Parts: sequence; C-alpha cells; structure tokens
Amino acid sequence: MIFSVHVDVSLRPGIADPQGATIERSLPTLGFDGVDGVRVGKSIRFRIEATDEATARAHVEDLCERFLANPVIEDTSIAITAEAGAPA
Amino acid sequence: MSVRIGVVLFPGSNCEQDAIEAIDDLGGAAEVLWHGDDTVNGVDAVVVPGGFAHGDALRPGAIARFSPVMAAVGAFAAAGGPIVGICNGFQVLTEAGLLPGALQKNRGLKFLCTTVDVRVDSTNSVLTSGTKPGQVLRIPINHFEGNYTCSPETLAQLQADDRVVLRYVANPNGSMDDIAGICSEGRNVVGLMPHPERAAHHLLGSTDGVPLLQSLLDAASAPVPA
Repeated sequence: MIFSVHVDVSLRPGIADPQGATIERSLPTLGFDGVDGVRVGKSIRFRIEATDEATARAHVEDLCERFLANPVIEDTSIAITAEAGAPA
Repeated sequence: MSVRIGVVLFPGSNCEQDAIEAIDDLGGAAEVLWHGDDTVNGVDAVVVPGGFAHGDALRPGAIARFSPVMAAVGAFAAAGGPIVGICNGFQVLTEAGLLPGALQKNRGLKFLCTTVDVRVDSTNSVLTSGTKPGQVLRIPINHFEGNYTCSPETLAQLQADDRVVLRYVANPNGSMDDIAGICSEGRNVVGLMPHPERAAHHLLGSTDGVPLLQSLLDAASAPVPA
C-alpha cells in the first residue's frame, strides 16, 4: 500500500526559536496585535510504500529519529493516510 | 617525519584548502580525505573543515554524517584519535553524535562574518593543550548556525567535566554559556565555530590560531592511547 506522510518538525519546548522571536517582534509594527507564542518549524511531505499503516509508521519514526529531525532540539509529529486507489 | 593530518572533503566544503595550507605551514603533512571513501587512510589526526557540506540541506551536517568517511571518523574517535571540527565541521560532529548538543540559527538571524575574541577556558583538549588558561585569541567567525544549544543536563555535564574549551568574550550568536568550542568526554574530539586556520599567518591579520593548530599537531604526533 502507498501512504502519504506529513511530518511536522518543530523546535522542542524551551529551545530558543530565533525565527519565531523575530516574526513575533515584528508583528506589532506591521499592525498585527495580540499575537504571541510564534514558533517556526518545517513541514515535510512524502509517500511511502508499506504493507500496512503500522509498518509505514515504524519506518517514518525511524526516518525522523535518524535524519529528518535532530532530537537534541526538535520534535516531530507524523500524520499518515492511505492513498486512495490500487497499490502502485 | 611529519605528522599526517587528514582533512575531510564533502561536496560543499570550502575551507579545506585553508586548513591544508595552515597545517603544512606548521610542518604537518595534510591530505584530503574524500567523504565517499570509508577510511581515514591511517592519518594521525582528522580535521572536519568548514563550508556547507551537502549544501546544508535539511540541517547543517544532517546529510554529511551519513557519508561513508564518517563511520571511519567515528571509529578513529573511539580509538582516541585527535579530531577537530571547525564551523560546519563542528555541526557535522554534533549531528554524528561525536559531540553533544546542536548548532542553532544565530540569535538575531544574521550571518556573522567577523573576527571575535575567544577565551581559552580549558587547556585539557587536543586543540588547546598548547594554550594558556584565560588566554584570549582573536579568530574569525563565519557562520549562520553557530548558536550552541543543548539540554540543561548536557550543559551541566560539560561544565562539570571542564569540557567547554573556548568561550566568546562577547557572545555574537546567542550560544548557551558563551560556548565557542567544546570537547568530547575523551577530550580527543573538539568542535569550535571560530576558524583557527584563518588566523594562522601574519598576512591574514592574526596568528592566534597557531597555538590551537600546533596543539592538534602535537596531539597527532603522540601515540594514540590504546
């Protein structure tokens, strides 16, 4: 089966986010008031072939742990959905 | 006989010639270690130079640490071999797990290309053994991701073990505890953001990098502890 995967990479709580802080500081100047807690991350999408969703998730978790994120400073959240239609 | 220092070349490295020149000037024999070869060729020490290995895609060092040479560098580190990662090389060594922590985007989000003062806070490492405690060195920096970050537990461990070898006198990038360079538990792996190879000749405006590189050459000429 083919699954489409969306990995959201975000800085772990407590890790300083220079991009988020810069955006947040600029908002009032740009006329956007009342916004706080800005955090910037990465969004990574891809497809993966696996026999079932649990297997796909295990592969993606390994990929995140070893490559897509740096566990020292980043967390990931993973969304997996089976692609409609016949397997490729 | 000259000590042999291997300088790792990734696609996108851009400081390898500076490192080779500086090492050769000090009487060492530098040679290139291609990232695709899974060997360090029996050298006496390894330098992972600055640049943008694999274009820094995803994160600096994220792809480089999977290059075949890095397995050999890891084995060399485990055997006690002297290794120094400069700038992007520091980022590669943290991604490879040979040094703790990570290098984040600079506070202020500016690419920094300037010369800074760094203070020697530990002389107990392969890069600082020939320096004096408290000695201030004037060395160029050239980075966007030099903001050293780690967990509070890791920082406490680094401090307790005297593993912060260099600190910025005036923190340019937001690094925790003003950290400019750290060493491994075995003190044979050092990572630093400043570029000692760019302060290794009077024509470059500073020779303050010389005692650091000389320390590495000295470590390379000592027998590796079993």
